[in-house]
Amino acid sequence: MATVETRALRKEFTGHTAVDGVDLTINEGEFLVLLGPSGCGKTTLLRMIAGLESQTSGDILIGGRVVNDLPPRARKIAMVFQSYALYPHLSVAKNIAFPLKAQGAPRESIAGEVDRAAKMFGIERLLHRKPRQLSGGERQRVALARAMVRHPDVFLLDEPLSNLDAKLRNLARDELKQFQRRLGTTTLYVTHDQVEAMGLGDRIAVMSGGTVRQLGRPQEVYDEPADTFVAGFLGSPPMNLVPVDGVLVGFRPEQLLAPGAPASEGVGPAVPMRFAVERVENLGAGRLLYGTLPDHAPDQKIIVSLAYTVHSSIEAGRTYDFRMHESNLKFFDPGTGRRVPARPLPARRSA
Amino acid sequence: MTAPALARPGFVERAAGVSDSARWLGRLMLAPAVLYIALVVAVPFLMAIGYSFSNVTIGTSTPRFVGLENFRNALQDPAFLKALGNTAIFSLVSQTLVIVLASILAIALQRRFRGKWLVRLLILLPWVAPISLGSIGWLWIFDPVYSVINWTLRHVGILGPDSWPIWLGQPNLAMASIIGVHVWRTMPLATIISLGGLSSIPQDIHDAAEVDGAGFFRHLFVITLPLVLPILLVAVLFGLVFSVTDMIVVYVLTRGGPFDSTQVLASLAFFKSIDGGDLSGGAAVALFLLPVLAVCAVLLLRLARRAEVV
Amino acid sequence: MADPKKIAGGVVNFGVIAAFTGFAAFPFAWMVITMFKQTKDLLDPAHNPFVYNAPPTLEHLRVLFQDTLFLHWVGNTLFVGVLVVLITLVLAVPAGYSLARLTGPAGEKLGIGIFLTYLVPPTILFIPLSRLVALLGLQDRLWALVLVYPSFTVPFCTWLLMGFFKVIPKDVEEAAMIDGHSRLGAFVRVILPMSVAGLLTTIIFSFTLVMQEFVYGLTFITSSKNLTLSVGVPTFLVRGDVYFWGSLMGACFLSSVPIAILYNLFVDRFIAGFTVGAVKG
Ligand SMILES: Nc1ncnc2c1ncn2[C@@H]1O[C@H](COP(=O)(O)OP(=O)(O)OP(=O)(O)O)[C@@H](O)[C@H]1O
Ligand SMILES: [Mg+2]
Repeated sequence: MATVETRALRKEFTGHTAVDGVDLTINEGEFLVLLGPSGCGKTTLLRMIAGLESQTSGDILIGGRVVNDLPPRARKIAMVFQSYALYPHLSVAKNIAFPLKAQGAPRESIAGEVDRAAKMFGIERLLHRKPRQLSGGERQRVALARAMVRHPDVFLLDEPLSNLDAKLRNLARDELKQFQRRLGTTTLYVTHDQVEAMGLGDRIAVMSGGTVRQLGRPQEVYDEPADTFVAGFLGSPPMNLVPVDGVLVGFRPEQLLAPGAPASEGVGPAVPMRFAVERVENLGAGRLLYGTLPDHAPDQKIIVSLAYTVHSSIEAGRTYDFRMHESNLKFFDPGTGRRVPARPLPARRSA
Repeated sequence: MTAPALARPGFVERAAGVSDSARWLGRLMLAPAVLYIALVVAVPFLMAIGYSFSNVTIGTSTPRFVGLENFRNALQDPAFLKALGNTAIFSLVSQTLVIVLASILAIALQRRFRGKWLVRLLILLPWVAPISLGSIGWLWIFDPVYSVINWTLRHVGILGPDSWPIWLGQPNLAMASIIGVHVWRTMPLATIISLGGLSSIPQDIHDAAEVDGAGFFRHLFVITLPLVLPILLVAVLFGLVFSVTDMIVVYVLTRGGPFDSTQVLASLAFFKSIDGGDLSGGAAVALFLLPVLAVCAVLLLRLARRAEVV
Repeated sequence: MADPKKIAGGVVNFGVIAAFTGFAAFPFAWMVITMFKQTKDLLDPAHNPFVYNAPPTLEHLRVLFQDTLFLHWVGNTLFVGVLVVLITLVLAVPAGYSLARLTGPAGEKLGIGIFLTYLVPPTILFIPLSRLVALLGLQDRLWALVLVYPSFTVPFCTWLLMGFFKVIPKDVEEAAMIDGHSRLGAFVRVILPMSVAGLLTTIIFSFTLVMQEFVYGLTFITSSKNLTLSVGVPTFLVRGDVYFWGSLMGACFLSSVPIAILYNLFVDRFIAGFTVGAVKG
């Protein structure tokens, strides 16, 4: 077990900066998820921590020790690749044994360790197969078994679930979380899937353009986004951002309450807010309403999401009296995109 | 389709039938090539087998069936046995060298560096240049009087004042020279093919090996080489086919000499049949290549199946 | 990170590449040095062979171009090359497509069969072929080579083209067929234009194979003015036992390097065709 820390870590490829000054601390035993859009530098950051890529500047510490100049094999890490990178010509057993042999473990102990790892991931009966004879889910487990077999200090995982189909992915996510809990190994997990991030992470680091925009617990990142990027990246559909009198006002689609919907407890009074519905989309598990706020920003399209349990009849082309808890409103500086302190919603405009 | 189609449905339907039916169109498009190959490869091939059982010479017009006589003669002919042995030595040694050298070179070439395209061009030259012309280049390099190799060795001090090897004139040296030229000639193909195999290994696999703690040699011998081995073997089998059947290097450099010490089956077949006029004897000698080729072909097909999964 | 181990690795790497490149290219470098050397400089054992002891000369090249049949042989090679390339395209392009798309599993076996014929060497075939050539009255005529050379270009190029056609997505021609082309039409109008690179590769490689061929040329052609480069230079530039090394090396260099450069532009496709074709069947 160990902590992982990066200090002002930078990586420049010829012509552009992939990672631009990242300070990040992963606590002992923590499951930290790196979340960000494609190309934001997640893989590059992970590979630098693994030692597969050398940083342009900055420091990497594992277990409090600077590992800048250590090769990957000396960093006591294990990595699971997006492609799993199983050695195609070796059997599953040999794949799992590979890291043990590489570190010179005594021959007698290897078989036992391999069996133990295989049992843990339920792949005992696959030990003699070659990777090509495995399904996607089985490959993923072999990759995990290979990663944990030599008890690394840190797990690094790069989108290990992205090659699985949706159903298997849910299952594997759950398993992964349990294994990590059980082993208690410090884990850095890269994904661009926010559902994965929310479900797996003890904390989430949201990245964009090579920098970490926000680091926090999943709910925190969701509820209190630090800037418009985080607000727009998390949530589906994402947070509505409405320009009102020189600030951007943000609120989640599910936070605008339909007429007749119950107000939440303990978040202060709800103020009325008129909503002109232009289109209704029935999703089965709920409804999405597209429209505008005629009193606040008649030109800005917003999306409102109604839960399955809200039965109010809503028709396109009409305006309804919705309500909103003022404490749910977030305010952002339209220039920098950063959060600014909450303020009262500007007075109603007369039509 | 268009208006005339409606006017003459019968004809168009039939035409459309051929140009749309995968089966018939396929046969039609394949037929010319297959016919041609049958005429210029299969027929002569059968003729060669026929010759080897007859007594046909350049002069005869009515060949006679002689059974296995030509083969029997060949097996009793010391020149043939010598050529058989030479062929085996020369192709096995040269291809063993090629497999080792080509993998070393391919691994070295994997790195990116400036001017790589030029290096690749130079390394490929021996393979692309007509081998008869390349061999002439070597003939000059091995010249008994003006050999640049000897000149250099002497001036570096390796050769004493009274030793002056005649590269193509002394039996063992001649064989070594022929082998060297063949290595020179077939190594580029094996190198480039192995390089292709190496670059088709996903970077992830190398990264995984590194993270898993493999050092340089474990990485090389447990991961990299086994992964390129099938494709490397493909290259070597091709090299084997080329070297076993090649007579050009021997023809240009030594004509089989000195004292038949570099005669191989291919060159022997040529000298027997074209220079000596003994078509049937030459054919019989050439046909001894067939088992080797058949084994190579079978191995190639097997490998092809294995390599697919990498 | 200035890791000394890494630097050492780099030096070894560089050494290996330099040594092999030297080995591969030396004979050609030697041709260049020799072709500009005066004969008296070449044939003096006391002279350092690596430098020009007497001023360089163009005399050998003048002799090559004016006093020998070299240019004639260039012409012959081009003549045979162009015709063989045309025959190869006409036969191998439809065959390659047919094997890639139309003939199914039977075609796969047939394709392997065709490829195997490429392994049957001239060494076995030249004896009966010389008889056939005589029968057709083509002895000592370039047409004999035009007739026989496709026997090795067609199998090879069919295989190569099969590989190229296989990697074109099927959707493309299916879309063309839905848009009103017949299968044949889809091949001619859509697939062929998409395969220009593959066709170019085929042309270059057939031509290279023709340039390299030696045994048939040596067997079927007797008079010096009908030879191609690969046979003419090594056999007829040597008069009696006298080697005109300057002209000879000039001829070797000039006939091999241009085609090598052309070949190099296409070598990646060639390797892809060679291995994927060979490997993936
Ligand atoms: N070896 C390299 N050379 C040059 N640029 C690179 C290299 N590797 C990555 N990049 C660039 O660095 C940026 C970050 O890449 P990275 O792979 O870290 O993104 P990512 O966040 O992992 O994206 P994804 O979710 O698509 O995997 C990208 O713009 C990418 O093009
Ligand atoms: Mg990535």
